[in-house]
Amino acid sequence: MSERLYLFTRFERFWHWSQAALIITLLLSGFGIRGVHGLADFETAVRVHETAAWLLIGLWVFAIFWHFTTGQWRQYIPTLDRIGAMVRYYAYGIFVGEAHPYRITVERKHNPLQRLAYLGVKLVINPLVWVSGLLYLFWGSVRDSVPAWLGLEQVAGLHALGAFLMLAFLIIHVYLATAGHTPLAHIRAMVTGWEEVHDESQVKHPPRAP
Amino acid sequence: MTIKRGGRWLLLMLALWVSAAMASTADHTRFEELQGPFTSAEEVTQACLSCHTEASQQVMGTRHWTWDYENPHTGERLGKRTMLNTFCIADQSNEGFCQSCHVGYGWEDDTFDFTAETRVDCLACHNTGDYVKKGGWAGWPNESLTDLVSAARNVGASSRQTCGTCHFYGGGGDGVKHGDLDSSLFNPHRELDVHMDAAGLDFSCSTCHQTEGHDVPGSRIQGTAVDAHAAITRGSQEERNPATCQACHGSQPHENGTHAQRLNEHTRALACQTCHIPEFARGGVPTKMEWDWSTAGRLDEEGNPIQIKNENGYVIYDSKKGDFVPGENVVPEYLWWNGSTTFVTAETVIDPSERVSVNTYHGTPGAEDSRIWPVKRALGKQPYDTVHMTLLKPQVAIPGNETAFWYNFDWDKALQAGTGLAEQPFSGEYDFVETSMLWPITHMVAPGEMALACASCHADDGRLAGIEGVWMPGRNRHQLLDRFGFGLAGLVLLGALGHGAMRFATRNRSKGH
Repeated sequence: MSERLYLFTRFERFWHWSQAALIITLLLSGFGIRGVHGLADFETAVRVHETAAWLLIGLWVFAIFWHFTTGQWRQYIPTLDRIGAMVRYYAYGIFVGEAHPYRITVERKHNPLQRLAYLGVKLVINPLVWVSGLLYLFWGSVRDSVPAWLGLEQVAGLHALGAFLMLAFLIIHVYLATAGHTPLAHIRAMVTGWEEVHDESQVKHPPRAP
Repeated sequence: MTIKRGGRWLLLMLALWVSAAMASTADHTRFEELQGPFTSAEEVTQACLSCHTEASQQVMGTRHWTWDYENPHTGERLGKRTMLNTFCIADQSNEGFCQSCHVGYGWEDDTFDFTAETRVDCLACHNTGDYVKKGGWAGWPNESLTDLVSAARNVGASSRQTCGTCHFYGGGGDGVKHGDLDSSLFNPHRELDVHMDAAGLDFSCSTCHQTEGHDVPGSRIQGTAVDAHAAITRGSQEERNPATCQACHGSQPHENGTHAQRLNEHTRALACQTCHIPEFARGGVPTKMEWDWSTAGRLDEEGNPIQIKNENGYVIYDSKKGDFVPGENVVPEYLWWNGSTTFVTAETVIDPSERVSVNTYHGTPGAEDSRIWPVKRALGKQPYDTVHMTLLKPQVAIPGNETAFWYNFDWDKALQAGTGLAEQPFSGEYDFVETSMLWPITHMVAPGEMALACASCHADDGRLAGIEGVWMPGRNRHQLLDRFGFGLAGLVLLGALGHGAMRFATRNRSKGH
């Protein structure tokens, strides 16, 4: 018997998908600026990258505000509880049809691996990209106030490092999004907000905004 | 539309202002002193001096008169009088010909009296027509082409015509030397030079090379490569070169558009000219990119000198001068320059095993005192002394003395005569050595919309491909980091695909979850 769980509110879905679009745009235009590909000319790539960057910064400010006012930041408190089971599941259980070791609830909608991964994004990758990106953007004004070892070359390097980590995260994230009980289950949930839960005991509440 | 209309009004106002400024309070045609007749050009100078009492003394203090200059950094003796180049090579021993571009009369050899006030040629810069100085007359005007009375009565401010008569023809012909100065600038259109545009701003040379007391500022010999200041305020007593772009535009000139701030930041590394003069020799006149003297002297079967032209009608071989490679719409080379330049002189010992750089532009990549500048690199092949290892000064242009190369096609005589008159040691042994020379590109400023696009430089093989001292997105990337980053992404992707494939292969073992 399956029930439906309202996991993602309208703001979360908007945040998720616009962030996804912006990050992909930034990765593409950013690697264009770096000269890795020639899909757009340099000036266009810079313009797109900057516009997308400001939009993403705006979105992040909103999302941070939202997380703290709603208390949803608690979703990212890391835990090692049952993390071994998660690793074992992805390494073995998933292939032999074992049940997912983690039970999703509205209060704890991310499994321990997800929590760690998203926390990593929020505490490592995002700040790296953000700080290096702003330094890059305002280099003409800040170059004289940063330590001498930090040249534009280093700033560009840190920014690219952030981009590569983000790219790696994106690939894993997209892949694991297909690892629900059907390949499209998680993705559908991220679109509609509703996750199908196959354990009736998990369904505690009617739909509500957290 | 409004901006365009506003711009047009501005131009009109400027034109009115300029014409008002040019309107003199003295009508020289009515001056008794200038009614003539004049039996010689010197008498015209005398007439000028009767009112403009200090003019000759002022001119005599300038390089237009002395053709002589001491490098303040090194003490080198420079100036046209003694310098060497890769084109017509040297002035010394050829004065009778070359001094048609001297602001004086009669400099034929080193007996010329540099203190004779009446030898100053006022009309060279202040004529408005009827005045012609040609090669071979030692600076005297050609009698048949000149009407001294008319020229004297119609004097005016210097113009593109008067300056260009010499400066557009440096190196022995139209556009030969500089690449950014040629006869197309007599009457330029907007795309060729946005400031000199005859139908627009209509600048003369002195609009930028604003002259005080006959001393014309702005020179390639020691340039102003960096001018990181605001525009010069009218009336201020700053000792600045008024001919720089920044003298009018300031160093933060970009105001409009989303990239204005970023472009202003580029001024920390780039000369304005780098983006705003996308190509030189754009006016339909080719400049000489290569000049090979070693092939000069080839004659036809009857023993007459020949000229060979290319499909565009440009001379590419001349028995008097050798082989040429003309260039039009040339993309400059770029280098860091702090304004200081040193030159190979007739005393400099050269290494003929490699191409000799007749001048060297100094600058430090990335330094505050240097900027990336566009330059023309002209290649040459010219005579040198194989014993003394010095570049030689041949006599080429003086007819009737059995020694000049153009009339005898005999290098031995030409070099013997040239070095003799220049008092340069000559062993009698000579050969030809490959040379090169740099010329700053600073004229033929294009309208803003023709400035270089970002990707002209921010690309793998862009215009600044070999320039050090700057980190340029699009050109520079970290090889190792990129290998790591894309390697990581690749591994992750591979892992995901493998995992997915295993999930697919084991899908039947699923128990319904």
